[in-house]
Amino acid sequence: MARIIVDEKVCKGCSMCINACPKKIIALAKDRLNAKGYHPAQLIDEAACVGCAACATMCPDTAITVER
Amino acid sequence: MAVVFKKPSTLTDAPLHYCPGCTHGIIHRLVAEAIEELGVEGKTVGVASVGCSVMCYDYFSCDMVQAPHGRAQAVATGLKRARPENVIFTYQGDGDLAAIGTAETVHAATRGENITVIFVNNAIYGMTGGQMAPTSLPNQVTQTTPYGRDVNLAGYPVRVCEMLSTLDGVALAQRVTVDCVKNVNIAKKAIKKAFQNQIEGKGYSIVEVLSTCPTNWGMSPVDALDWLRENMIPYYPLGVFKDGTKGDRLK
Repeated sequence: MARIIVDEKVCKGCSMCINACPKKIIALAKDRLNAKGYHPAQLIDEAACVGCAACATMCPDTAITVER
Repeated sequence: MAVVFKKPSTLTDAPLHYCPGCTHGIIHRLVAEAIEELGVEGKTVGVASVGCSVMCYDYFSCDMVQAPHGRAQAVATGLKRARPENVIFTYQGDGDLAAIGTAETVHAATRGENITVIFVNNAIYGMTGGQMAPTSLPNQVTQTTPYGRDVNLAGYPVRVCEMLSTLDGVALAQRVTVDCVKNVNIAKKAIKKAFQNQIEGKGYSIVEVLSTCPTNWGMSPVDALDWLRENMIPYYPLGVFKDGTKGDRLK
């Protein structure tokens, strides 16, 4: 049981978390934009998240909090 | 569920102004985590350089000084000598440390100033729009070298860590990168050690971090990480070039 929480207001949609995720369960939310004008990253399959924090480690904006 | 990863308390809530995917953000976090883990937030003073990282005084919660272009280590020298009980670090890019600030860098190192230097090398002048830097690779296309850097005209890139490792004042000279999780963890250990060396009075510690500039390299953040791996690491090998205390000679 693990999950990530993305601070959408600081996310710049750079996709480095998507690239780093070993489970490939992060995607950009194409249905919405944040105030900066970027599609924020979101977790698409919470059940598959192992809380490894690879995404948070590679996030340049420290937008990701990991719970496990 | 317990929180296993969160923003360190030594970073402020100010959103970073860097471009999407700029690895400055990762390196900021690593420096902030080192300060937090060593418990020296209250006595740390950072010196910001000129370049994209000029704004980093907004992001670190410790005291910060903004130095003129290239002079961060001269300012850090003054701070450390006036207040030796404080922990002093500089955060400089390659246009600052390896170009206009070469003299300050070499002489702070050879004097063995007991400071920590975080050197972010992205092989280009990022802030001013992607001109050739002293660290630009041979044949690298930049704003001022549209046909690639011609080494017959512009010479060869500076390998700062190798150069400084020959100086006896240097305690630690290490080159790391932040292209993947494993290398970020190595970079974190190196940065923490650079701070630890200062606390133990070992002398000048420099950690060079190979970084990306997706905007000026003209590629996506993920492609920029691949470019770094394929082009920068072969020219700027990762590793420890000196690890000891000041006064030690390179073997």
